Amino acid sequence: MSPRLSGAHALIKALEHEGVEVVFGVPGGAILPAYDPMLDSPIRHVLARHEQGAGHMASGYAHATGRVGVTVATSGPGATNLITPLADAYMDSIPVVAITGQVATSAIGNDAFQEAHTWGISMPCTKHNYLITDASEIPDVVREAFHLAATGRPGPVLIDIPKDILNAEMEWHSAGEMNLPGYKPSVKGHPKQVKAAIELIMESERPILYAGGGIIRAEAADELRTFAELGNLPTVTTLMGRGAIPDSHELSLGMPGMHGNYTAITSMQKADLLVTVGARFDDRVTGDPSAFAPLAKVIHVDVDPAEIGKVRNPEVPIVGDAKAVLGQLITAMRKRLGDNPAPARQPWMDTLRGWQESHPLHFDQDPEGPILQQFVISELHRLTEGDAIVVAGVGQHQMWVSQFWGFERPKTWINSGGLGTMGYAVPAAVGAKAGMPDELVVAIDGDGCFQMTSQELITASIEGIPVKIFVMNNHSLGMVKQWQRLFYDNRFSAIDLTEHTPDFPKLAEAMGCVGLRADHPGEVASVIEKALAVNDKPVVVEFRCDPDAMVFPMVPAGGSNDNVVLGPEDL
Amino acid sequence: MQHVIAVQVENKPGVLARISSMFARRGFNIHSLAVGPTADPSLSRMTVVIDGPEMEQIIKQLYKLVHTVKVTELSPNEAIEREIMLVRIAADPKKRGEMLDAASIFEARAVDVGANTLTFEVSGDPKRLADFLELMRPYGIVDLAKSGRIALPRAAKSKRAEPPQLRTA
Ligand SMILES: Cc1ncc(C[n+]2csc(CCOP(=O)(O)OP(=O)(O)O)c2C)c(N)n1
Repeated sequence: MSPRLSGAHALIKALEHEGVEVVFGVPGGAILPAYDPMLDSPIRHVLARHEQGAGHMASGYAHATGRVGVTVATSGPGATNLITPLADAYMDSIPVVAITGQVATSAIGNDAFQEAHTWGISMPCTKHNYLITDASEIPDVVREAFHLAATGRPGPVLIDIPKDILNAEMEWHSAGEMNLPGYKPSVKGHPKQVKAAIELIMESERPILYAGGGIIRAEAADELRTFAELGNLPTVTTLMGRGAIPDSHELSLGMPGMHGNYTAITSMQKADLLVTVGARFDDRVTGDPSAFAPLAKVIHVDVDPAEIGKVRNPEVPIVGDAKAVLGQLITAMRKRLGDNPAPARQPWMDTLRGWQESHPLHFDQDPEGPILQQFVISELHRLTEGDAIVVAGVGQHQMWVSQFWGFERPKTWINSGGLGTMGYAVPAAVGAKAGMPDELVVAIDGDGCFQMTSQELITASIEGIPVKIFVMNNHSLGMVKQWQRLFYDNRFSAIDLTEHTPDFPKLAEAMGCVGLRADHPGEVASVIEKALAVNDKPVVVEFRCDPDAMVFPMVPAGGSNDNVVLGPEDL
Repeated sequence: MQHVIAVQVENKPGVLARISSMFARRGFNIHSLAVGPTADPSLSRMTVVIDGPEMEQIIKQLYKLVHTVKVTELSPNEAIEREIMLVRIAADPKKRGEMLDAASIFEARAVDVGANTLTFEVSGDPKRLADFLELMRPYGIVDLAKSGRIALPRAAKSKRAEPPQLRTA
């Protein structure tokens, strides 16, 4: 006979069945029953200081490990605090399962204490969500939630569980067969389309492989590289796709888009073919979509059919998983080529090389200061040999990391691309380190972003999760300041974060971390070395950076990618 | 331009909210929406009339909802479309005779008679309802309720296969 368990116990057991090793959460009234059986479970609970932090930790964990991240919160404010991380994970297709307590079934709809309509609020920012109405549903719902989060186009799934259901008894049974008649994500691409794609590639004189975050999510980086090499395809990687092909690879052109490099942006403008895999023609990549890649035919591979034709109608649509379809493309290309090499396309390759030589990303660190963020990033890369998982917040620093960090592996770049959530870096780094304890996890954060979620460093020091946070203190909301400088006639409004408050190293020490600071360019390397030598505690390093620096290249929002602004002199 | 889409969804709590929330979020304009059970108790059918030039993105977004089982766009020539309307019209006792005559042409039934009004029930394709309203407008329309359109594909002529590119992700 199967044992009778409480709904709460069944929930924890179902999580164990999914192989969950860690959950990030904050307890409270409605979810209390679930916290009791957690005490007897091998699942680790990381107690965040804010549910937003818990949610981003789950996302950072999922980014770094490729597994589903789990976050737990109570009803009402606990659940509403999770909305930002859910919306964030939804935009970036990150597999997260959120479990929220709800007021008792009998109280739902009565404006009970800590009642919020979590199911309704979370609906538009989750891939799917559940309100459990009977404890016996728990094993099946948990199974489905993990399946939905991780398969097809990944994304967040929320399970809302009323308190009486957590307390109710049920007869334990492990999850049965899933019954999802409307959910059948395509895996393999249509063979005819694959063939058509190969023909377009063979005919193309100026192809560009446009690789997005879907490559990372599908664990398809090896296939991408093989296919790029086989077809001799120069490759751009979007903000979410950085690391999909090594930046040191001769076919890698780096990042396109609003703050991409000149060659990556221009290559798409001049291309006669975009081979798009796991990317979605985001407005930060395309600029004005009507002026984007005007000469190019498009092959679009995506697991989500709704992305195909949403912004740009492709000549060859291929619905399928990036890894599976790239595998098909590789096989088809090998067959098509036989013993011949791929077309050399020498003029195109020469043009691209020429742009790379004439328009490199560069910076000029004056040894007298102030410190440039690009310099810190380059020094950090040099001293770690690039062997780290890098996390960023949102703003200028994020763009500079993406530009200047040479990414060599997938799943080593964690940032909030779609939603652009300030405050992402610290908790996401904590989650990444919790999942990959043997990897060096560094966050490069803005002083504005840092102040949104820095309390999660308390979580990190208490829980023994030694992340390293590099705060680029330009004492301003730098990206906003840049837009005000460029588009609002230097009228600075509400961007000043003040020069000396907070005292970041002291704040770090107060949170149980090591706090360090560099004021001058000459101190940058030594302070990074000091930070890298600390292994038992989280470290926060403040770099006092140039408050007036701007990120270039830049394509102003909504502008044509033909008009890349290379520096202030171009405006 | 109006399009009619038949959506088969799992008969689960909240499924209507999911569909309408998705329409709102994506900025799609619903003209009318009718929901009801099907022969299979595990499924419901929604008939959605949508204003817009192009249905592909809408159909794909519908398929993305986990509870959506099947979406079919019904072209007017290949579908039977019906709607029911209750309309209350100001009815001067002297005019009732001619009003009832007109109504009979439309097979509209008088279902309620008040001191100063007549209430008709009319059903049929949307054009018939519109024509009837035009005819009654001069008397003065006091109140109006419409069911929203329901539709089924015509039997033999409907050969529209489900487009394979539109499946869920
Ligand atoms: C939660 C949130 N609020 C506001 C913004 C708008 N925003 C984008 S970048 C930015 C400035 C970020 O400042 P900081 O963290 O210091 O980074 P910097 O740009 O200076 O590198 C702001 C306010 C946002 N992206 N997210």
